[in-house]
Amino acid sequence: MTHLLPPEFFTATVPLHAYLILSAILFAIGACGFLFRKNIITVYMCIELMLNAVNLSFVTFSYQFGKVDGQIYSFFVMVVAAAEAAVGLAIILTIFRNRNTLQIDEIDTLKN
Amino acid sequence: MDVILFTFFALVAIVGAVSLVLQKHPISSALSLVSVMVALAVLFLLLGAEFIAAAQLVVYSGAIMVLFVFVIMLLNAGAERESRKGGLAQFLGLPLTAILLVFASTVITQSMSNAKAVKFGAFAGGGPREVGWELFTRYLLPFEVTSILILIAIAGAVVLARKEID
Amino acid sequence: MQLWLIPILPLLGAALNGLTGRRTSQGLQSAIAVGSVLLSFLWVVKILLAGMPAPGAEIRESYFTWISSGNFSLSVDLVVDRLSAVMLLVVTGIGTLIHIYATSYMSHEGGFYRFFTYLNLFMFFMLVLVLSGNFLLLFVGWEGVGLCSYLLIGFYFLKKSASDAGKKAFIVNRIGDFGVLLAMLLLINTFGSLDFATIAANVKTMPVELSAGILTAICLLLLLGAAGKSAQIPLYTWLPDAMEGPTPVSALIHAATMVTAGVYLCCRAAALFEHAPIAQDTIAYIGLATAFFAATIGLVQNDIKKVYAYSTVSQLGFMFLAVGSGAYAAAIFHVVTHAFFKALLFLGSGSVIHALEGEQDMRQMGGLRAKLPITFFTLLTGALAIAGFPFFSGWYSKEAILSAAHGHAPWMFWVAVLTAMMTAFYVFRTIWLTFFGEYKGHAHPHESPAAMWIPLAVLAGLSVAGGFLFNVPHFLEGVLPAHEHAHDLTLEIIGSAAGLAGIALSYLFYVASPGLADSCAASFSGLYNLVYNKYFVDEVYDAAVVHPLERTSRNILWRFIDQNVIDEGMVHGATTGALSLGHLFRMLQGGVVRNYAAWVVLGAVFIFSAFSLLGGGR
Repeated sequence: MTHLLPPEFFTATVPLHAYLILSAILFAIGACGFLFRKNIITVYMCIELMLNAVNLSFVTFSYQFGKVDGQIYSFFVMVVAAAEAAVGLAIILTIFRNRNTLQIDEIDTLKN
Repeated sequence: MDVILFTFFALVAIVGAVSLVLQKHPISSALSLVSVMVALAVLFLLLGAEFIAAAQLVVYSGAIMVLFVFVIMLLNAGAERESRKGGLAQFLGLPLTAILLVFASTVITQSMSNAKAVKFGAFAGGGPREVGWELFTRYLLPFEVTSILILIAIAGAVVLARKEID
Repeated sequence: MQLWLIPILPLLGAALNGLTGRRTSQGLQSAIAVGSVLLSFLWVVKILLAGMPAPGAEIRESYFTWISSGNFSLSVDLVVDRLSAVMLLVVTGIGTLIHIYATSYMSHEGGFYRFFTYLNLFMFFMLVLVLSGNFLLLFVGWEGVGLCSYLLIGFYFLKKSASDAGKKAFIVNRIGDFGVLLAMLLLINTFGSLDFATIAANVKTMPVELSAGILTAICLLLLLGAAGKSAQIPLYTWLPDAMEGPTPVSALIHAATMVTAGVYLCCRAAALFEHAPIAQDTIAYIGLATAFFAATIGLVQNDIKKVYAYSTVSQLGFMFLAVGSGAYAAAIFHVVTHAFFKALLFLGSGSVIHALEGEQDMRQMGGLRAKLPITFFTLLTGALAIAGFPFFSGWYSKEAILSAAHGHAPWMFWVAVLTAMMTAFYVFRTIWLTFFGEYKGHAHPHESPAAMWIPLAVLAGLSVAGGFLFNVPHFLEGVLPAHEHAHDLTLEIIGSAAGLAGIALSYLFYVASPGLADSCAASFSGLYNLVYNKYFVDEVYDAAVVHPLERTSRNILWRFIDQNVIDEGMVHGATTGALSLGHLFRMLQGGVVRNYAAWVVLGAVFIFSAFSLLGGGR
């Protein structure tokens, strides 16, 4: 079936900045979600989305420089995200137990 | 081939992200996020980062997202309600992110217009051997420190989430 | 030569008495106080015997550089030349005698050690003033004696009139000090130095057209300072009030030493005055006016110490008249003889007051001749000296001044002669009222103890013999500019006759026909009231200067500026401003996490755009 497709099809390449722009788009969407959603867990998931976008850009740069360092950073980001997820969800559990709500806007006593 | 794969999985990622933001119920958001992560794992593979792709699938979507789903179900989180506060965020949110996006794109395209294109298989240094080598020689100290970090996180999570003993 | 010992010994005495006085006995305190001054006097004698400087020469010891700034440098120099030798002997010698007197006079008073601490401190400052080799160190001594004068006048500080008098003395002195400060600044500007010798040398080489204005200004400012310290018009009002202090203080500070500091300053600056004839003239006028004016007030006072106070003002006026006439040596001669007889008069009156247990009003005295014989004889010699009885010490110095005044302007001579007659009159009035007639009081007078009458006797001897023993003008030839006058016998006879006439007139008024004085006072009651109330000068000063100043301070400076502007506006305003700012910033933290995130994104966008617009992170 491959001879039905034009030859450039198999040798065309994706420019690098496409990956970076994709990463920027994902980051912006994550930031939007963070600003607009009211459920704590959803907000937390938007944070995870932002972290993933950054991971993508790290790996892209690692490809560009031809070294593996960017991937190492990405690895550490993942580890930290895991630890953070554990602790963050534990905090959310505690908040839910104490205030019986998952709306961020209702947790505002630390004000003024 | 690269182009098709890239376009397809990029679209999946974007649709998943938008759905994450727009869905009402947290479970739907969580599943959208899983789809984004899987798409990203494929993109990592295209970039030659095999180890990271595998780690993404195993750690991120396999462990972290599962944890998220557990907590959502545990807390029985329902759909969101309306709120009157947060006016500033709702007012500024879209414009700011739009500006950010536009800026980032222009900067990237202007400064990286002569970077080499991405071809599957062009980067061979992403395998476990190479990553492990760097990890245990140059980045040994951060590696050890992160292990301690995980330990602390475990202890913290246990302390925070336990029930009171009366 | 260790000149520094001269002032330091009294300072040590002051320190010792001040620090340990609470726990030591009166005897020890007296010994320390008198001993330090006596040692200082003996040291002066030793230095002068070892090598009396020739006219124009000096013994100079330079200790350290005090100020060194740009082109101007000033070192702490102590200088002994013939002029300071005279002053040193007077200050330390009379000082010793008065210290001895005071150990007995003050023995029943509280605060014995405090008195001697202040008195020794005064000696230190006065000696610094006399020994200094430049204007600034002299000014240090000048201020210091002003301080000690305040402390000692207000010695009985629980009495409101005494503390008020102390404040008045200090404040009036301050006005004079302002003049001296400005003069010093002008001197630095003109000559670049404050050293006496340097200035004297440079003045001779200055061209007249440039110098006349500046030198006149400097000399007039110095005159202002001297008028404040030496109680001349218009700054004399503090001296009569200063009689609130104990009598030894009046004798030492307000007769013999501090008030002569103004005359000393003018003599030190003689080189400047010689080149500023307008200023010299002004001094002569002020001196003559003060002498006449104060003598008229002294004629009618009833408090014995007030009479002597106005007499001091009057005699200082004579000294200034001499300076203004160019006879600086005559002025210093009068300083010396005045120290002798005025200290004697004050100490003698102290003896009378002590005997009468505090009575100072002469109308309550009388007939004390038999009960206080030594006091009577010594006071009589003092009175004869001040009246200018021939061949007493006062006669020599007064004649010198009168002939100098005649040489300056003959009409001044006649006014001065009239003043001399009034001097004799009022001094002998005190003698007649105190020692003759019937005793009108209720106390039991007794003669004073030895510690009090021995200094009186010594001073009496000096008053009699000091004139022909110490030929001060001859001693000071070559040190001070002198104007030669022919020795005019006519003038001398007129002067002596005036003195004798004054004595005779007072005898007439107070002994021969006792009611004559009171009937004269009754017939000229308006004039009498005016003079008795000191021409209401104090009241005029109060209304014109003191009260407006006080009202301004209270209403504007205190109520408006201090309370409203500083307390309310600045201090309170600062706190209110900080609080409001805090209130404003508190609004930022509303508790809504999403808003915080919005701020973060805003900041990130801002930084990002700033970076990329400014050329990126290259």
